[in-house]
Amino acid sequence: MPAIETFGLEKTYTVGFWRKRPRCALLPLNLAVEEGEVFGYLGPNGAGKTTTLKLLMGLMFPTAGCAKILGREVNDPQVKAQIGFLPEQPYFYDYLTARELLEYYAQLSGVGARARSRRVAAVLERVGLRDVAGVQLRKFSKGMLQRVGIAQAILHDPKVVFLDEPMSGLDPIGRREVRDLMESLKQEGKTVFFSTHILSDAEALCDRVAVLHKGELRGIGVIADLTSSVRGKVEVIWQGGVIPPAIHALSPECHLIGAMARAVVDENQLDAAIDALRRANLKLVSVTPVRATLEDYFVEKLSPAEVAAR
Amino acid sequence: MRPSRHTTAILAAILVVCLAAAVFSITLADRARPSSTLEEMLYIPSPSVLRRMSLGYTGLLADIYWTRAVQYFGGKHVLASHEYKLLAPLLDITTQLDPHLTVAYQFGAIFLTQPPPNGAGDPDAAIKLVKFGIRENPDNWHLYYNLGFIYYLEKKDYVAAAQAFEQGSKVPHAHPFLKLLAARMAERGGDLETARMLWTMTYDDSRDKDIKANAISHLRALQVDEAVPRLEQLIRQYFERTGHYPGNWAELVRAGYVPGIPLDPAGHPYKLAPEGKVWVAVPDALPFITQGLPPGVKASEMPRL
Amino acid sequence: MSRVASIASNTFREAVRDRVLYNLIGFALLMVAASLLVGQISMNIERNVVINLGLTAVSLFGLVIAIFIGIGLVSKEIEKKTLYTILSRPVRRWEFILGKFGGLVATLVVNTFFMAIGIFAAVFYLAHHFQRADSYLLVALYFIILQFVMITALALLFSSFSSPLLSAVFAFALFIIGTFAQDLRGFASLTHGVIGWIAIAAAYVVPNFAALNVISSVAHDQPVAASLVLYNTLYALLYSAAAVAGAMLIFERRNLK
Repeated sequence: MPAIETFGLEKTYTVGFWRKRPRCALLPLNLAVEEGEVFGYLGPNGAGKTTTLKLLMGLMFPTAGCAKILGREVNDPQVKAQIGFLPEQPYFYDYLTARELLEYYAQLSGVGARARSRRVAAVLERVGLRDVAGVQLRKFSKGMLQRVGIAQAILHDPKVVFLDEPMSGLDPIGRREVRDLMESLKQEGKTVFFSTHILSDAEALCDRVAVLHKGELRGIGVIADLTSSVRGKVEVIWQGGVIPPAIHALSPECHLIGAMARAVVDENQLDAAIDALRRANLKLVSVTPVRATLEDYFVEKLSPAEVAAR
Repeated sequence: MRPSRHTTAILAAILVVCLAAAVFSITLADRARPSSTLEEMLYIPSPSVLRRMSLGYTGLLADIYWTRAVQYFGGKHVLASHEYKLLAPLLDITTQLDPHLTVAYQFGAIFLTQPPPNGAGDPDAAIKLVKFGIRENPDNWHLYYNLGFIYYLEKKDYVAAAQAFEQGSKVPHAHPFLKLLAARMAERGGDLETARMLWTMTYDDSRDKDIKANAISHLRALQVDEAVPRLEQLIRQYFERTGHYPGNWAELVRAGYVPGIPLDPAGHPYKLAPEGKVWVAVPDALPFITQGLPPGVKASEMPRL
Repeated sequence: MSRVASIASNTFREAVRDRVLYNLIGFALLMVAASLLVGQISMNIERNVVINLGLTAVSLFGLVIAIFIGIGLVSKEIEKKTLYTILSRPVRRWEFILGKFGGLVATLVVNTFFMAIGIFAAVFYLAHHFQRADSYLLVALYFIILQFVMITALALLFSSFSSPLLSAVFAFALFIIGTFAQDLRGFASLTHGVIGWIAIAAAYVVPNFAALNVISSVAHDQPVAASLVLYNTLYALLYSAAAVAGAMLIFERRNLK
């Protein structure tokens, strides 16, 4: 049973006061995320990522279609006990301390009275906020609030965790910590569905990704498969500080790096390049396949040409 | 994934049922409240305090108190009450808040003066009210008329009434009738014709439906007060000629004394009573009459507003 | 149900930490000043003045609190997005509304309780002993609490669909209209035809706060009939239930952008 499934999930707004025009925030979306997956939901700002998450959380109602989480309707309270949600740029009751907030949330999530303080302490430790547990949230920095957000999303040990831009506003250390946390969630067998527009994070963490643009799903699949479909290149580095003209002809990208030189050629031209270097008596240092990055895939999926091809 | 239809239906049902039940409860509460507490609500001892409390919105508050005065009077009148204790204070408050609310003076002039159950029976309070009105609105001839009316109606002080009408006639654009009334009042205050002129004037001058209806009642009473003695005189003439009183109106018609069966203003035929008297058939239908009442029957207590 | 209680107690906690209860200090000062000043007048109406002033102050202070907190109950949570992490939990939307309502009512009851102590203290100070008529004060206070329940329900209703500013305007307007509800019915009965029917319907739907105001009769040491207590209780509770149901209905269907 997929952890998350959408069937033609759609959201259209009518904007305008006098002449109502429809604005489509999300075109019919069909998606399935398996249990235990870490799924990246990518797209530029305004693509509809947050809209999708809100629909899945039951905060908004779709204009068409439906979704299921763990095989049940999204608004089913039994489902809600099994999911955690971190909204984008979260804001919490600032008059509460971290511990009070988490205990309140634990109560609402149905965590029994006896287990409550234990769980809260454990999760505070896990996100590294144990020392500020008694401090009012209004004194927290952005990074600390983000960690509180993650804490409240996982404190009731949910099976599926939804994170909207979990790295936003964090410094590199913070981001590393969140990444590690997400890794550990995966190891616990949880399903993690997170949206982001930072591709390097997605590359590092995800099993599968989907790319969303202007409300439309542009691509979905395992990262390795997606990136391999982009034509592979090979990077060649040699000593000598000289670029033979033959290499120039083979590759538009070549330059000198101190005493060495570098060129990027297509896979099928590798032999020709190595030959050219041998003829010039230049010493080969390394030959490395350059995989297309997710970014290439991303940019390609967003391009108007892609739209025209559809 | 939509909001559950089940929940929506239950909530909507709760809303409607609770609202209906709430309205029902408040009607029960209204009945349970003793009327004295109701009056307490209406009343604040000092108009000047009220004026200060109204934060400048005196006009609106005056309207509210005016409505309360009308309702208070109307509510009690329907029950043929003999007590209208709060009418004068309510009108006082109204006019203190808005001295230019002329209809309040008119209302007071009539319904404070008339004896219960058709009024509070307090002509002095009425005089005080209207004099205040005159002070605040010296160019309003209607108020002089109202004042004269009070002196005429219950106090029967025709001299003072004449004076009031006289003063009123001096106001620019005053109704020419006032001068006429002043003269009449001085000479023939007690006349039926004078009364008719006054009540007709009241009827014409006012736009308030209670005042108009009251004026009509009085005019009808005047008709009766005029008709009954006239009919009794005709009957006496018949008696002198024939030696006996007529058994029915047909006899008088045949004898040429009356053109047809005479009807009172309420539409009922007059009754021929023993000893040549004429009575009205349904005294209750004609308040304020002083003639044509069967013995033992007082002037109508039933209000006919 | 325990979720509703959690939300209610959190709402109460929020009000307290927002320093709402500091208004009690202002009230205490007012009562002390009034009691001392009134002693100077000695026209045998001190008791009347203190009770009138005290109960009116309780009513007005509470009204302001009820409206200012009430209008933000839902809209503030939506604006600050604190609602997102609440509704993603197994909390039904109607439970949320009910909890918020309960929390604010609890705050007002606690507030009124302390104010009641203040009034009784002032009354005792004047007379140096308690009288039977003092128990009527309890009825007046109870009615005032009923008024708070109604106003809170209405403020909550407005909060569920309207911005704080508009909600405040509506709530205050309804309070003023409700105070003159009796007169509104008077006006309505003077109109005729279709307008008349509409006016009368409106006059009954408007919350009748005048009916719950027994301040002046209690100030004159008049008791309140038991049947009136019963009917007023029913009225206030049923009316508030209707308003809260309305709030739930609106909130249930609301898209949180």
